[in-house]
Amino acid sequence: MNNPVLNVNAVSKDFGGIRALDEAELVVGDKEIVALIGPNGAGKTTFFNCITGIYTPTSGDVLIDPSADGTVHRINGKKPNVVTELGMARTFQNIRLFPSMTALENVMIGTHCRTKSSIWGAISRNKATREEEQAVIQRAYELLKLVNLEEFADELASNIPYGKQRRLEIARALATDPFLLLLDEPAAGMNPQETLDLEKLIVDIRDQFNISIMLIEHDMKMVMSMSDRIYVLDYGRMIASGTPQEIANNPAVIKAYLGEDDDD
Amino acid sequence: MNNQINENSQNQGFISFFLSAGCADSATALKKSCLVALWFVFLTFPIMAVRVNTIENTVTWRLMNMVNVAVAVFFGSYVWRWLLARKEMSSAETSKETLIESLLSKILDDKILKSVSFSLIAIMVVAFPFALDNIYLTNIMISCLIYIVLGLGLNIVVGLAGLLDLGFVAFYAIGAYAYALLNMHFQLGFWTVLPLGALLGAITGLILGFPVLRLRGDYLAIVTLGFGEIIRLVLQNWGTVTMGPSGIANIARPGFFGMDFSLQQNLIYLYYIMVFLVSITIFFVNRLQNSRIGRAWLALKEDEIACQAMGVDKVKTKLLAFSLGATWAGMAGVVFAAKTTFINPDSFTFWESAIILSVVVIGGMGSIRGVIAGSIILILVPEYLRNFAEFRMLLFGAIMVLVMVFRPQGLISAKRKIYHYKVSNTASAGNE
Ligand SMILES: Nc1ncnc2c1ncn2[C@@H]1O[C@H](COP(=O)(O)OP(=O)(O)O)[C@@H](O)[C@H]1O
Ligand SMILES: [Mg+2]
Repeated sequence: MNNPVLNVNAVSKDFGGIRALDEAELVVGDKEIVALIGPNGAGKTTFFNCITGIYTPTSGDVLIDPSADGTVHRINGKKPNVVTELGMARTFQNIRLFPSMTALENVMIGTHCRTKSSIWGAISRNKATREEEQAVIQRAYELLKLVNLEEFADELASNIPYGKQRRLEIARALATDPFLLLLDEPAAGMNPQETLDLEKLIVDIRDQFNISIMLIEHDMKMVMSMSDRIYVLDYGRMIASGTPQEIANNPAVIKAYLGEDDDD
Repeated sequence: MNNQINENSQNQGFISFFLSAGCADSATALKKSCLVALWFVFLTFPIMAVRVNTIENTVTWRLMNMVNVAVAVFFGSYVWRWLLARKEMSSAETSKETLIESLLSKILDDKILKSVSFSLIAIMVVAFPFALDNIYLTNIMISCLIYIVLGLGLNIVVGLAGLLDLGFVAFYAIGAYAYALLNMHFQLGFWTVLPLGALLGAITGLILGFPVLRLRGDYLAIVTLGFGEIIRLVLQNWGTVTMGPSGIANIARPGFFGMDFSLQQNLIYLYYIMVFLVSITIFFVNRLQNSRIGRAWLALKEDEIACQAMGVDKVKTKLLAFSLGATWAGMAGVVFAAKTTFINPDSFTFWESAIILSVVVIGGMGSIRGVIAGSIILILVPEYLRNFAEFRMLLFGAIMVLVMVFRPQGLISAKRKIYHYKVSNTASAGNE
């Protein structure tokens, strides 16, 4: 693999006495789809929070290389908005849309860090500002269309059905122009058909936008069929990584998932 | 529960619905109200019933008061629960427009009606001081206009960005004192200090905002309240600079190319200045609200973490709101000082912040029309109810509670912006 876009190096996170992440290592290559799996409470969401700036890791390095050309930035401790500006966008396990804004406005917020009209632009409403605004509206609409939500464009986010809210979050994250899209349990609460559609959507996004995707997911069928590589997290430690076949046959993974109760 | 209420109201008519106010039947309702009445009697007993005369060492028992309290609370609780039940019944249509709102949107949707009503309002506003020719009324109108500017400023902070600021009066005071002091020491005129006051408001907004904006919700409210009081106490006690509690008198009224005005002419002039300032404020706030920045404020108010994760700089965006709000307060302060020609720290107590906040909350958070309606009601109505001056605080409190319970979005709720996008038809496969 040449020049990974994300390289997580021995990242740990302590909450008081609890070690939620223990020297976790992970690498995402250019245009790869990488899955992160593990039992509930393994620390997967904490891992996302640590690499997107919502938490600061207790130790370790989070290194990114947005254009995969060897120019590496260290991003631990950077604020979430800075991380997003550098090109990592995410969705949330417990959906966090802006409930009393429309679907379109939700996606428009995603473009905030890629646009620059200032107070003066807002007040004078000059040509540049008007053009930028119209471009933002149109782009937001196209993204809604990509996730098949264009009919809900003017609907408040809180009025949109649950499964579709997850896709709206994906559209909003895409609006930030990421090089790496992080999805936290995107299929949670979806029926099998919706899950299939989602799988297709994610692969489409990768191919159409030429970006890398990392997702946390419990639906094994989906994970196995779409991922290039899989990482397995258990009690904050990466216990395995490899192709779907390697993971499916890995005894440590089977043990973690079947939950053999021998204390070590 | 909900179904029951609905059935009640439909089958048994108004009286029985009222009697069973929000309960399964009228007996439970009766019991509930009796309990509430008893509880109130118990709570208010020491202050309402017992009067101790410490000079003659006698105790007077005013038991009649207790009967009054019991009866009032009994009926009050009935009405209260009835209103709540009614609200519950129509809760499915909470977003329903009120009569005023639907009328307003009807007028605004029609091009001719819109321009006619706008020009009517414009004529009324312009002709007002001449038509009435009354110093007292003009004075009140100026106050009202000042509160509109203050309300629209605070509306940026509270209504748009969702930052509960209870010390807004501090920036108002800073504007007023800036004019008073600069006028006293350097003979600077109104028009020079007006932009300076705005600038000073913006700068102090930034300085005060920086340390407090990492706090959220209640904590932010308490700290800003503290800041407001600190500024007032500084004005009160830093006598060498601010003249202390005795204040600053003989502040110059606004000049007009060196012409001499009579008192009345000057008030009329000030009135037009305020009309001008209000128009500018409305223009600015409207443009800000419907911009990239206004959107970011709304999103930040809805969900801070998601908003940051979408690339919005929290600190910068909040500071911008805080300091833009303060800008208008600073400007309003300059006008206030020019209007009264005398200021002292007593004009800038917490009570003032509370009124401005009520204007925003009661009028409608985030709604320009709402804030205008709110300040007209809250500033003009008490003027006509001068006899009840000592109950003003109580009245404000009551209105606030009623609005919060029954119409949390305020009298006139914010209007949503409509976006126009090109619907492209390329391979729009219907989903599912
Ligand atoms: N903010 C927090 N404070 C304290 N403990 C936390 C916090 N966030 C997560 N944890 C703990 O870290 C562990 C991992 O949680 P999480 O990352 O949400 O798991 P997963 O997403 O894999 O289900 C859990 O034991 C959880 O209780
Ligand atoms: Mg999780």
